[in-house]
Amino acid sequence: MERIPILKMGSFLLVTIQVDMHDQLAMNLQEDLTNRISATGARAVLIDISALDIVDSFIGRMLAGIAGMAKILDAKTVVVGMQPAVAITLVELGLSLDGIHTALNVDRGMALLRNSLELSDDEDLGAELANES
Amino acid sequence: MNHEELQIRTQSDIVLVRKAVRELTAKLGFGLTDQTKITTAASELARNTLEYGLGGHLEMETLKNDLGKSGIRLTFIDQGPGIADIALALTDGFTSGKGMGMGLSGSKRLMNEFTIDSEMGKGTRVSVTKWK
Repeated sequence: MERIPILKMGSFLLVTIQVDMHDQLAMNLQEDLTNRISATGARAVLIDISALDIVDSFIGRMLAGIAGMAKILDAKTVVVGMQPAVAITLVELGLSLDGIHTALNVDRGMALLRNSLELSDDEDLGAELANES
Repeated sequence: MNHEELQIRTQSDIVLVRKAVRELTAKLGFGLTDQTKITTAASELARNTLEYGLGGHLEMETLKNDLGKSGIRLTFIDQGPGIADIALALTDGFTSGKGMGMGLSGSKRLMNEFTIDSEMGKGTRVSVTKWK
């Protein structure tokens, strides 16, 4: 089955969405991420959506779902890299993405997560770097 | 004017609809923000066609008004169960399915013109237009 790869870096999980997701793929990502948080004990999830040229209500709901489930599993989620046109459209569509932390880019997203987890700059950069897709 | 038809039978068709609408809006010279709004509205409406209308099709037309302004019209047609209460269906946050209930009302906000016709047991036809 088609999957979006999830990278583990220290206590962080990183996802870059680079394809136009059909709905099932979005649902798979939600399930995979939740499983990975549980299996790895990750404290934070960073989702890069800079390659997404639309976020509709389905994808918005999927992102909110990830953030909600991650929170219950004691992990913080940040969504980074939203294109300006996507942000304008989301607001007009009526989606406020409540409960989702966002940051302008990956750097700021990582800083936000480190800050909120009270980690130092290199603390999350464990020696392990796994890529399981 | 230009006229194209796309089937909406599977989730992958929604992705194809987004791609086709994006390409056509770019070809018509819509700015990036409008391209994104139109494509997002198309995605919402195509999902409605699939989920509530049990599949159907999209008609894409390019338009030109009297003032020479160009536009795009997207008409989503299904032969599904129809919508019992259109006013209710157009309310923000109302959903009879698993969505967030922003599809119809949100698409209406993203486009310039919006019409909906529905008959119980016959199907639904949603038409949206955006002018440049």
